[in-house]
Amino acid sequence: MQLEVGKIHIRDLAFSDRTYIEDGVLYVNKKELQDYLKEDKNIKDVDIEFARPGESVRIIPIKDIVQPRYKVEGRGQVFPGFVGDVETVGEGKTHILEGCTVITCGKIVNFQEGLIDMSGPGAQYNSFSKMNNVVLVITPVDGLDKHTHERTVRVAGLKAAAYLGKASKDLTPDETEVFRYDSIIEAAKLYPDLPKVAYVYMIQSQGLMHDNYIYGLNPKGILSTLISPTEVIDGAIVSGNCAAPCHKNATIHHLNNPVILELLRRHGKDLCFIGVIITNENTMLVDKKRGAYYATKLARIIGAEGVIITEEGGGNPETDLMLNCKNMENAGIKTVLITDEYAGRDGRSQGLADVTPEADAVVTCGNGNQLITLPPMEKVIGFLESVEVITGGFHGSLHPDGSITVEIASIMGSLNELGFERLTTKLK
Amino acid sequence: MEKFKLVHYVNQFYGQIGGEEKADQRPILKDGSVGPGVQLQSLLNDSAEIVATVICGDTYFAENTNEAIGEILELIKYYEFDGFIAGPAFNAGRYGIACGAICKAVQEKFQVPVLTSMYPENPGVDLYSKDIYILKCGKSAANMREALNNIGRFITKLLEGREIGFPEEEGYIPQGRRVNVWAEEIGAVRAVNMLLKKMKGEEFETELPMPIFDRVKPAPPVKDMENSIIALVTTGGIVPKNNPDHIESANASKFAKYNIEGLNDLKKGEYETVHGGFDPVYALDDPDRVLPLDAMRVIEKEGVIGKLYNYFYTTVGNTTAVSSAERFGEAIAKELISNGVSGAILTST
Repeated sequence: MQLEVGKIHIRDLAFSDRTYIEDGVLYVNKKELQDYLKEDKNIKDVDIEFARPGESVRIIPIKDIVQPRYKVEGRGQVFPGFVGDVETVGEGKTHILEGCTVITCGKIVNFQEGLIDMSGPGAQYNSFSKMNNVVLVITPVDGLDKHTHERTVRVAGLKAAAYLGKASKDLTPDETEVFRYDSIIEAAKLYPDLPKVAYVYMIQSQGLMHDNYIYGLNPKGILSTLISPTEVIDGAIVSGNCAAPCHKNATIHHLNNPVILELLRRHGKDLCFIGVIITNENTMLVDKKRGAYYATKLARIIGAEGVIITEEGGGNPETDLMLNCKNMENAGIKTVLITDEYAGRDGRSQGLADVTPEADAVVTCGNGNQLITLPPMEKVIGFLESVEVITGGFHGSLHPDGSITVEIASIMGSLNELGFERLTTKLK
Repeated sequence: MEKFKLVHYVNQFYGQIGGEEKADQRPILKDGSVGPGVQLQSLLNDSAEIVATVICGDTYFAENTNEAIGEILELIKYYEFDGFIAGPAFNAGRYGIACGAICKAVQEKFQVPVLTSMYPENPGVDLYSKDIYILKCGKSAANMREALNNIGRFITKLLEGREIGFPEEEGYIPQGRRVNVWAEEIGAVRAVNMLLKKMKGEEFETELPMPIFDRVKPAPPVKDMENSIIALVTTGGIVPKNNPDHIESANASKFAKYNIEGLNDLKKGEYETVHGGFDPVYALDDPDRVLPLDAMRVIEKEGVIGKLYNYFYTTVGNTTAVSSAERFGEAIAKELISNGVSGAILTST
């Protein structure tokens, strides 16, 4: 099995009377994109803005970030179940707009959306400040309930990303990366002496808008299952998640899952990548136990000797993380966990809501409670007043000059628990 | 540049008063440097001057800790000093505890940099490493020169207000603060590297040693429910409309209490949730779903409980630091007990 990812580097954005890409510039026909998105009758209005690296721009409140992509060869289409049919993806050729995103913006839950600064100290906390972002500020029709509002904005982001991705259809990619993925039996035969590593991908599915979708399906009610790594790269998993912005996996995180990419790149070199196990993150203990038992069973079936387990969100999902760890270690499968911490502003508090002694190998992606003051930006896309109610913000976050003081938890993806960024903590 | 002024604390032995037989020596003050202070002064060159030395017997300090601290603070307050050093105490237990305690007290009262140095297993480390900088040193006075060298270097840094690096660079015992830093590699790459090491049986270092949780002993059951006052307490963020006390949607810095006397039901639009960790739709639609006032009134009427307490307590338990949660819990429990409440129903989300 093989997926060829053709990367088209985007270095600037501009509006134009048609949508196309030339010399690394993505030209967007604003009206056409607006009309396409407004085919959804729940959208009253959608404004389209650009945010480029280094600009004095603050985007708030942000729901999701999607990378524009388009499948040019092979079965299915990106974001199956939403843009494409539910046909299995992950093979053939897919074009991606590298260094470019679609950001959906607007008040939905309001507590759980995040912010991005395109310059200044806030810009170092996530990768998206270094990208060319097409921002959709979506106003729903009056009286739309929150759940439909969430779905409307989610689908609009995916549609816009596929629409922009399609502009690369006939281009020759600047760079191509080929991901090979072998069947389990084949992989074991090919690399008998390499350590067999699997990835346990915890997908938040707590209901109440802490949800994600696999081929359009909410994994809330599933038993843990297998997926091929290239399906994930091809858009099989999308975010509908309105959990805290710092550590929910936005769609772009799933598409570029750094654990999957690293394991694919090292497959056959210093490890044998034996599989990806999807396991859900529900709220009830019995569901957590069932998911963790079953994930361990799948790991044993595929012959994993070691697993990386990633968490999504924090607090309640720590129990899923620790149960997965405990069960795997008890079955003789070595684990490394990726998580983040809420250790208080002074960093002195216990940073996790649940622990197990088996968790002796943990990667932390930072302490979300760290306070930071971000200078005013010349332009705000969205609604700056949201800063006082989003996660990490508080009464008094917004200063009269437009500067803001927040915990870094309010910055989109700042503590991403797939290990997308470089932030970590050290003991002082 | 004017020299920084330092006060130095030593025990009776290093203060050259005597051995164990002089351990009940009350605090005395000498101008200038004494004992190890003389050597320290030469290491400090012109950057700082030890203007006074406090000498106190180990036994006296151990047996009369509060008095000893009070006397010492009184003795040194007439000096205008910029920093305070105690020890080094090596592995001497009573001396180590005294060094830690006096440093902490001086830091609190005079707000100046303080520093001591001990062997990592000195009991003073466990007691005071979270509050003050304690430099690691060897077990005995044979390590005096190295210990003083480190004290000299580190106190200069503190006095000049320079940024303090991590324990492994600076040689102090970690104070238990987790600080954000940028790693060379992204988290995913670090995880794969760590896993391969672990699988091969090589040494690896976790980035987050598992914290040890406090266990709260459950309170004994309420004996006489029919005659008891029961309170409602929630971490689900239920507040009157517009959140009058501005409780944060995450990492709450406070709790609030609201009067519910005569109220039988939390009406949509009058109460709301400000919790940022869950979908608020159902709680906004009926706040009783998170704070079950309606159900409590029913069992109050049925006589299952004597009375529902007139106030409910509320905060947000969403990425809220455990230290804050402990503080809220203790304060709420204290208020409830002093108001004759014998049980509380805690609702979370």
